[in-house]
Amino acid sequence: MHPVSRLLVAVAALMLVSAYFVPLWQIQMWAPQYPEGLEMKIWINTLSGDVKIISALNHYIGMRHIEVGMFPEFNYMIYIVGFIIAFGLLTALVNRRFMAYAFFVLLMAAAIGALVDFYMWGYDYGHNLNPDAPIKIEGMAYQPPLIGTKVLLNFTAFSGPDIGGWIFISSGLIMMAVVVMEWRRARKTA
Amino acid sequence: MIPFNNRPYMKMFMKVLAVISVAFTIVVVDSCKPKGPQEAVTGNAAAKVYVAPGKYDEFYNIVSGGFNGQMGIYGLPSGRLFRILPVFSQFPENGWGFSEETKPMLNTSHGFVPWDDLHHIALSVTNGVHDGRWAFGNANNTPRVARVSLKTFTTQEILELPNSSGNHSSPFITENSEYIVAGTRFSTPMGDKTDVPISSYKKNFRGTVSFISIDKESGNMKIAFQLLTPGFNFDLSRAGKGPSHGWFFFSCYNTEQAYTLLEVNASQKDKDYIMAVNWKKAEEYLAQGKGKKVKAKYAHNTFDEKTHMATSTIMDEVMTLDPSELKDMVYFIPCPKSPHGCDTDPSGEYIVGSGKLAALVPVFSFTKIQQAIANKDFEGEFAGIPVIKYESALHGEVKKPGLGPLHTEFDANGNAYTSFFVSSEIVKWNVKTLQVLDRVPTYYSIGHLCVPGGPTAKPWGKYVIAYNKITKDRYLPTGPELTQSAQLYDISGDKMQLLLDFPTTGEPHYGEAIPASLITPNSVKFYRIEDNANPYVAKGEKEAKVERKGNQIHVYLTAIRSHFTPDNIEGVMLGDEVYFHVTNLEQDWDIPHGLAVKGALNAEILIMPGETQTLKWKPDAVGVFPFYCTDFCSALHQEMQGYIRVSAPGSKVPLKFSTGKIEDEGTGAK
Repeated sequence: MHPVSRLLVAVAALMLVSAYFVPLWQIQMWAPQYPEGLEMKIWINTLSGDVKIISALNHYIGMRHIEVGMFPEFNYMIYIVGFIIAFGLLTALVNRRFMAYAFFVLLMAAAIGALVDFYMWGYDYGHNLNPDAPIKIEGMAYQPPLIGTKVLLNFTAFSGPDIGGWIFISSGLIMMAVVVMEWRRARKTA
Repeated sequence: MIPFNNRPYMKMFMKVLAVISVAFTIVVVDSCKPKGPQEAVTGNAAAKVYVAPGKYDEFYNIVSGGFNGQMGIYGLPSGRLFRILPVFSQFPENGWGFSEETKPMLNTSHGFVPWDDLHHIALSVTNGVHDGRWAFGNANNTPRVARVSLKTFTTQEILELPNSSGNHSSPFITENSEYIVAGTRFSTPMGDKTDVPISSYKKNFRGTVSFISIDKESGNMKIAFQLLTPGFNFDLSRAGKGPSHGWFFFSCYNTEQAYTLLEVNASQKDKDYIMAVNWKKAEEYLAQGKGKKVKAKYAHNTFDEKTHMATSTIMDEVMTLDPSELKDMVYFIPCPKSPHGCDTDPSGEYIVGSGKLAALVPVFSFTKIQQAIANKDFEGEFAGIPVIKYESALHGEVKKPGLGPLHTEFDANGNAYTSFFVSSEIVKWNVKTLQVLDRVPTYYSIGHLCVPGGPTAKPWGKYVIAYNKITKDRYLPTGPELTQSAQLYDISGDKMQLLLDFPTTGEPHYGEAIPASLITPNSVKFYRIEDNANPYVAKGEKEAKVERKGNQIHVYLTAIRSHFTPDNIEGVMLGDEVYFHVTNLEQDWDIPHGLAVKGALNAEILIMPGETQTLKWKPDAVGVFPFYCTDFCSALHQEMQGYIRVSAPGSKVPLKFSTGKIEDEGTGAK
């Protein structure tokens, strides 16, 4: 690997350490009577924000109370991210091109895995409703948006990366650039 | 650290990164967050609500105060608050419920109740049109109805309702003010056997709907009859008018008959009911002697404008009619999902039911209801009362109107205005075609709404007022407890236009607005002193005096700018009860006097010109106590004061009183 590539791999790996200190994902909601919005932040091992208020509002349409305990992911995400960081640092240490490719694939896999996992939770949360709910609207489900904006009754919900998520994405973009660079160099030398 | 030339690498890397980032930005970041709520005020809103100093508003808006138990009197279009008119709650500001004369107004079968929760206003009507005589209000907690005079803006009468809990569906009024009604929110066990398990709701709990007759001349209220109903919750109601005059419509929820966690358990059925009552039929049954008198204890309190005193009478029986036995008087019409508002349009043909959990608004036709009854087009019975088929009574449904429909008012052009709590908006739609015409946001979560004359046969139109449940960021914050608020919209054009936010006292539930021209000419300026028949009146300073009756001291006190007579009182012993009967001798507009006594455990009293009001005071120590006028009456208001001397029990100080009499300044002796 080019020495700069090597350095960038280390930087990309170390950037992920931020995941332990800042929220990764955010869900924001607005309604006519909540112009200031409600938000839920997803961290590596917990939730924060207006989770109780959101749960209290959602119970009218039969959605479950959101609790940290309902996400087993919070128990092992710290290890997964730890492994990714370690793998990145190892890549920089052993300084092998295929390791850099593997690190990029690992990052992508982690991102896709997280999104798939989030989608599956959102599907269950939005469809698996209490049949005794006070408000039942025929054919209506309340799955939150995976990424972007969606109108659900009187609420407009937005889902997207938070600071940690953006750092993760930046890390991925850097690695993508490194992969492109190394690919070109490998082709040139071949 | 990096041993050879990195420039080419870095240049290339930056290029690659830039391409990746741009692509990423276009694909992902662009799908971003929605915009916040837009500010809705447009155009010449300020000019439309500006009432120049010294000019009058066009409408009175008489608004319930909710949990303050009072009515708020506002002007429209300015939104200015003129007065808080005390009804069901003590009001230390003017002594309502504290003065001896007004205390009986708050008497009930439970004793003296100093507070209530006033939700709805009904203004008196003749031929379905506002006549400007009376405003009625309901007490939700300890069930009562009140009648307020729109000449004096004072509460004239309060009638308690027996066999009632949670008097919410009240005080809606018939076309010629024949009756106001009172339906029970809470069903409860009634009669002799009331100590029953709560879980025996279905078997033992009943509701009632009371029809209270109003005397055409005096306005005096009397419970004409109570309908015994199945045990569920009545919410709101409206009288028929025009072709449907003689009928009354009540929304009912909790036909599930739940007695716990109603939030869930009373929200299970697809449809609850609107109860249609043929009250002319009820009158026939009464005339035939089919009613049943039952024992019931309730208070009837009246205020006499001549004596300026209230009297409380405890009544002991009430007439009842049972619709499960007396046929053709009561019908149920299925209505989706816990109906709240139940409003009849100006023509009297259409009845709008607003299921607060429903995704549509059904409109029923009076003609179709009559046909369905004639054809016995019933889907069954509930507790012996026929249930009309939904489709047979239906004129049509307003589709996708909004979320959480609550109440509907009307203009004179065939349009309806429905409030939507959840989607926080007012939606205008055409009653005949059921087409949605316009919608405006409210800030936030509107409850009731009011078009001037909106519930009558002749809407005055022009505005719609939103009474909101949430205020949030609309005003300067005042800690956790914020102001309550209303909003004014112009409805004279095709599009509704937000004009004004204005704060309200208490929580505004329902209000009615009436042209000022129907009220202002009759407004009383002061009471004629010659007509004052209070037993403790002093119609001049010569009649001022102090009398002892056992341990009661009666002070016949006069007030005129700027002194009390008498203003020196001696001979009161500790243990005595002192009654200050204050007569305001002024016969001039806007010169009230007040009275406050140091250490009094009640309040001040305000006495209008020509009126007599009494403040009771029980001294708790020996000494000389001051009293003074609390209403800034004149340039020498601050001189309007007096002293009352309290001596030890058994002391030899004689009872004496005077004003302006100078005694020996050294010893106090003559």
